[in-house]
Formats: sequence, C-alpha cells, structure tokens
Amino acid sequence: MFTGASQFALVGVVGAGGSVWAGAAAAALLGSRNALYGIRLSSLLNVHGWRRFAASQFVIDETTAMAIARDEPPLSRYAFWATGVALFLFWNAGTLIGALATHALSNPKVLGLDAAPPAAFLALLAPRLRAREPLAIAFAAAVLAIAVLPFVPAGVPLLVVALLVTLFGVLRK
Amino acid sequence: MIWAGVLVASVSCYALKLAGLSLPQRWLQDPRIQRTVPLIPIALLASLVATQTFSTGRHLVLDVRAAALLVAIVAVVLRAPFLVVVAVAAATAALLRALQP
Repeated sequence: MFTGASQFALVGVVGAGGSVWAGAAAAALLGSRNALYGIRLSSLLNVHGWRRFAASQFVIDETTAMAIARDEPPLSRYAFWATGVALFLFWNAGTLIGALATHALSNPKVLGLDAAPPAAFLALLAPRLRAREPLAIAFAAAVLAIAVLPFVPAGVPLLVVALLVTLFGVLRK
Repeated sequence: MIWAGVLVASVSCYALKLAGLSLPQRWLQDPRIQRTVPLIPIALLASLVATQTFSTGRHLVLDVRAAALLVAIVAVVLRAPFLVVVAVAAATAALLRALQP
C-alpha cells in the first residue's frame, strides 16, 4: 500500500482495537480519490503496457500535484516519475525504520506518540479545507464520528461517516 | 488474519489507481462522482482526527491529546510543514504528561 492516509487509517483502526476489515474498508475509501487523480493524469502521462502498472502505484496526492503544476507534458511526466520514485523509496524506508524502532520503545505515550496520528491526519486534511463547504463537512463528520463511537465497534464510525458523506454528495443538487 | 486485511486493503488501493489510469475517461467523469469522491477523504480524515483524539477504545475521553490537537491546529493555521505539525503535537502531549503529578 503506497498512499499515506490509507496506511495511517488502517493502522489507526487496528491500533484502536477495531477489526482489520473495518480498517481495510476505511483505507480503500480513502484511496478512492486516487482514481480521480488517475483520470487527471492519464492524458498527461500517456502510459501503456507495463509502464501503466508501474505508474499506477505512484498515483498519489503529491505526484498528482507536482505533475499538474507543470505547463509542458514532458516536464509533467518528469515531475510525476521523479516525485513518485523519491517518495516511494523514502516513505517505505521510513515505514521500515518505524516498524523496527517500535521494539525499542517501551511506552510510546511518554513521547506523546499517541498524539501524533491525529496531528498527522489534521495536516493531511488542512489543505483540503480552503473553502466553507469542506470545512462544514469536516466538522459535521468529526461530530458524527464521536457521536456514534460509543455504540459501534472501533473503525465503524469511519464507515458510517463515509456512507453518509457519499449519500450527501450524490443526492445534493 | 491481520495480514489478509492489509493485503486486501493494499490491492484495493492499487486497483483504484489503476482504474483511474485505465478506465474510459467518461465512466468516471459523471458529475456526481466528480463532486462526491473528493468529499470522502475530507470526511474520513476529520473523523480520524476526532476519534483518535477524543477516544480510547469505545470510550470518549478528554486528555492531553486534546491540548496536543489544539497546538497542531495552530501549527496548521501557521502553515507549518507536516513533520513540524506532528512533532509539536507529540511534544505537547509528552510535556503535559511529564508535568502531570
């Protein structure tokens, strides 16, 4: 899995005691935006055959932003592949270091590491909140998730929120 | 079991990317899809912020993580880089815990 928000969500749900399947569903839902990025990128990248399978793994927030910010298609392609390869290597190296380092930590709470994931999600969310409607949706989703949390298994509040926001998006005029 | 879930999630995430690059453009250009899909990460990320700050398991709790979130919000408003936002939040929680009797 190479799409950060999904990775964090899966780990977050399982870490909170939720089912891995609820976590997997949340991860896949968060990954749905990459399909839209793929549409934006497909004409720019113009990839076929095995290159399309390689390029697919690199379709994420950062590579899309870097690619569509260039004016010339060759520069876009260069930005996409360079960002993708660099992020893929460093991101996964970071994940590996984190996985190995946990064995050295006896109590992550002393370092405040339980406060890190919400801050990370907030930092991922912030660039998407530059208008009033997304901000209202974010607040409503947060309140709803907290409201249902005591009554359903861990991870399920995310799925309730995903269902309702999808209904809202589809039914809204 | 946990690795089966990780594998399914990974394959799903990859398949969504491949679909975006491969499916006929008009399939995914329905206006309802175009305006709904960007809302999903907003709602889910906001839910994750809220649930991971104000709960432990299925219990609602108010602890140092709430203060850490406030500091993180300030950092985000000041346009601090990702790692700085995460680091100041963790440092706030660690400091408040160290100060607690």
